[in-house]
Amino acid sequence: MKRVYPDKEYCIGCHICELACLTAHSKSKDLILAYTVERTSDGLSPCKHVHERGPTCVALSCRHCDEPACVAACISGALQKDPESGRTTYDREKCVGCWSCLMACPFGAIARHPLENKIVKCDLCFDRPGGPACVAACPNLALKQEER
Amino acid sequence: MLFQPINRNYHEFSIDRDKDKCINCKVCVRQCAYEAHYWDESRQKVMHDNAKCVGCHRCEALCPTSALLIQKKKSDFRDNALWKPEFIKYIYKQADTGGVLLTGMGSPVGNIPVYWDKMLLDASQVTNPSIDPLREPMELKTFLGAKPDKLEFTKTKDGSPKLKTRLTPNIELNYPMMFSAMSFGSINFNLHIAMARAATELGICYNTGEGGLHKSLYQYGKNTIVQVASGRFGVHRDFLNAGAGIEIKVGQGAKPGIGGHLPGEKINEMVSVTRMVPLGSDAISPAPHHDIYSIEDLHQLIYALKEASEYRVPVSVKIAAVHNVAAIASGIVRAGADIVAIDGMRGGTGAAPGMIRDNVGIPIELALAQVDQRLRDEGIRSRASIVAAGGIRCSADVVKAIALGADAVYFATAALLAVGCTLCGKCYTGKCPWGIATNDAKLAKRQNPDVAAKKLVNLVHAWGHEIEEMLGGMGLNSIESLRGNRDKLRAVGLSDTEMDILGVKHAGR
Amino acid sequence: MPVAKRKAQEAAMTYVIIGNGVASIGAIEGIRRQDQKAKIVVIGAEDSAAYGRPLISYLLAGKLSVDRLALRSEDYYVRNKAELRLGTTVTGIDTAKKAVTTDKGETIAYDRLLIATGGIPFIPPIPGVQGADIYSFTTLAHAQTLIELSSKIKRAVVIGGGLIGLKAAESLHDRGVGVTIVELAPRILSAGFDEKAGALAANRLKKVGIEVNCGVTAKEIQRNKNGRVKGVLLTDGRFLDCDVVVVAIGVVPHSAIAKEAGITVERGIMVDDKLMTSAKDVYAAGDVAQAMDQLSGERRVVPIWPNAYNQGFASGRNMAGAKQPYQGGLPMNSISFYGLPTISVGLVNPPENDPDFEVHAVLDQEKEIYRKLVFRDEKLVGYVLVGDIDKAGMYTAFIKFEMKLAGEAKDKLINAGPEVFLWPEKLFDETWNPAPAKAAR
Repeated sequence: MKRVYPDKEYCIGCHICELACLTAHSKSKDLILAYTVERTSDGLSPCKHVHERGPTCVALSCRHCDEPACVAACISGALQKDPESGRTTYDREKCVGCWSCLMACPFGAIARHPLENKIVKCDLCFDRPGGPACVAACPNLALKQEER
Repeated sequence: MLFQPINRNYHEFSIDRDKDKCINCKVCVRQCAYEAHYWDESRQKVMHDNAKCVGCHRCEALCPTSALLIQKKKSDFRDNALWKPEFIKYIYKQADTGGVLLTGMGSPVGNIPVYWDKMLLDASQVTNPSIDPLREPMELKTFLGAKPDKLEFTKTKDGSPKLKTRLTPNIELNYPMMFSAMSFGSINFNLHIAMARAATELGICYNTGEGGLHKSLYQYGKNTIVQVASGRFGVHRDFLNAGAGIEIKVGQGAKPGIGGHLPGEKINEMVSVTRMVPLGSDAISPAPHHDIYSIEDLHQLIYALKEASEYRVPVSVKIAAVHNVAAIASGIVRAGADIVAIDGMRGGTGAAPGMIRDNVGIPIELALAQVDQRLRDEGIRSRASIVAAGGIRCSADVVKAIALGADAVYFATAALLAVGCTLCGKCYTGKCPWGIATNDAKLAKRQNPDVAAKKLVNLVHAWGHEIEEMLGGMGLNSIESLRGNRDKLRAVGLSDTEMDILGVKHAGR
Repeated sequence: MPVAKRKAQEAAMTYVIIGNGVASIGAIEGIRRQDQKAKIVVIGAEDSAAYGRPLISYLLAGKLSVDRLALRSEDYYVRNKAELRLGTTVTGIDTAKKAVTTDKGETIAYDRLLIATGGIPFIPPIPGVQGADIYSFTTLAHAQTLIELSSKIKRAVVIGGGLIGLKAAESLHDRGVGVTIVELAPRILSAGFDEKAGALAANRLKKVGIEVNCGVTAKEIQRNKNGRVKGVLLTDGRFLDCDVVVVAIGVVPHSAIAKEAGITVERGIMVDDKLMTSAKDVYAAGDVAQAMDQLSGERRVVPIWPNAYNQGFASGRNMAGAKQPYQGGLPMNSISFYGLPTISVGLVNPPENDPDFEVHAVLDQEKEIYRKLVFRDEKLVGYVLVGDIDKAGMYTAFIKFEMKLAGEAKDKLINAGPEVFLWPEKLFDETWNPAPAKAAR
């Protein structure tokens, strides 16, 4: 499957991927509203996070593992592996906020929703026509979506 | 402002932040290498300090909500034709610092004519048909190096002819263009690898500049010209044999007559190894080559390099365009150079004293025309190729340069623009926000070689297409037919002397 | 490709899975990774399709309705071509004939058999424990019974201060039942968590009005003349009035049928690195299995949810011929007490005064934040987080991938928390940015 691969050699730490992710997952699909309104009112938060140490930075999110530890740990069936697309899918309705996935995922790719007992996790922008928003927004080709 | 030098507010740019659009996402804060944008903890919002803005536009380019506008500061001094604002500011600055005014990039001065803009190209009508390059073959291939005056043949046993004349080595280019010398150290490795990859893909050459060649780039040697300058940085036998040509750098258009200075902060591990200088020590290129005090000395060095490279590659000599450039070029050719590269006064630089950059040397157009004419007059034009450099901005400039007598052009500023440079001219600070003239790991990674190489390739492809169109319009199907063909040029608004020097007639004649 | 072709030509295999919990779901998904054709028969003793067993506390607490418990969608078994036989108990396994018999009198032949029968509540031999008003809390049926009861009873005593006991207590309390917890150990959550984490959790429970008694246990469950429970006499002499007693001491492997079939059983059913039992083509996974444990390197029964799925998945793949050894389980628990999240992974209670271990613990009583890191041989082997759990997974990485943390890196982990740049370069690249396949370049 095509996954998003971050390149720490060329990640410039601009955090634009986070903003793109935020916008893509917002109601308004408008960065200004997403960032200034929905972030506080709805607890909208990005699925991707830029990690930084000195000059090194890298934007990490769910790897959509072949054998995801989060799916194994999920007590509610909210996290599952979609056999067709290969995505690790998240059903917000089913999630009970037990944080087992947060504990089990060794890649730190799952975050708590700031306001609700839900998680925030990359969905590869599966319903976005142009593919993942972060990849499209990266100004330095440090995020690539490809088959590896 | 409080507690600041009195002239602090006489800055050049002001940052206009659209309050409706700014979301305080801090992208600008992270992108600004000069800390003009900052996060104000007490106000909980992004603020800026106009005095720190260098006008690089990095923030404006990356602002995800287009909330930023970088403008020239509107405040101005009273009009004074003599005391232009830059002179006033120079004096303030020097009165504060007591130092030489440093600048980066090519001279921006406006009162010296850009002759490219004063020359127009011809096109075919009725009597000689123009050619459509999309339908008919069009040759841009260029060979740099000495050409024989005549070709002699012998006959083999079976009667077929065989070339008797011994050909000298040439550099083969798919386009009459090369990326000119920018040393590794003055620009970072990411751009070096991008130029190397682009040149290879395009079938042209890039020039290493005077900082040596990193071992990992030897694989691109067929598309590399290695440079030997007065500091001899990174020069050794493998280096001399790594490329398709060797260039002796005598002078640079932006700073004729002076040397170079790469500050120790830019000498990181990789640069240190490549330049063969200690880590963190300043790399100083002397003003002259201390072994070249005459044409005879130059002859010795040319042949020393030819010996070292076993006569496999042509040797170029690069000089700045100065007053006696034609005579100097003649001497260079007679000293055995296969290529003469002339760098005009508008050529770029990573760092040069402003006074030198803006007041020393002559424009490339005049120098080029004179060098070509002089070598023709002396009957030695075929012994060397001419490469024009310093201020080539577009494909029309390339075409005009070739019509004036150049075999090919070098360009560097255009290449840097292609990868994002905005000519802010702060290369000498080592903090290039576009990740070009910097070895700061965090800034240098802003140039992803994959992106940069692609842009360079695109630029040359685009210019190539345009050159083909212009050639076709003139009824020519080969760049060779344009070389020194000044009949294809006409001047507008130039004096008789200028037209005489350029060897072109006025438009209408 | 030729392997797949050969497989397609072979007659379809029959996989029989005894048990319909999460290990069973893991097994179905593991089998289907390898084998699309095979017939799968799932035999479940309970009446419902696989559900999130830990969700029964949410159900009891009234936070979830019963229709939201299902672990997979309704069409799951159909899509996976798995025949589901519910309300059916396997009564015997004939490993020689490769068949199982059920309480419905059927005999079902298998090519590969998975025993995923889980655990059964352990009922300690306390006087009075047999009879009415004694409940366990491990199944949907248990939860439903307690929901019905909750409106009729006033007081309950929960015996056992482990995860199940505490969640039962919390849920009953949410239903308006007065709850007292009795725990033999000096603190609650003695197994997975440590003293300080246990204390923080206990405080939360006490704050809402749940009584927590540690260091004591039930000496006798006393009944009135009708045989109904009237209270619990504790070992310290106190008497707790109550209407019901929930026994939540823990679960033991439900391994009886395996034992009867002559399969090697120690604490649980012994399995090898492919999850196969001592009987050929018979596998075991989940709470019933005694499988490899990553940290101890020994086979242990670690009855936790992720292990059950992972063992199920690994057994599924191996039953279908994948030859992929099971990586070994890692104890881990994530549980919240009235909004206070707690996570515990790996070895969190190292033997005291053992010089091989190094413990770093920071407690902020006021903010209810606690973090404990346990190192062994310059590696993180366990951690506890209470309150601030956001970086849990990143800590798990260091345990799971057994990353060596030399001096500075260890200090950073201790002082600044986990970050991905502490990973070895090679692991980082392989994980996040593996080299593209040759064809892609």
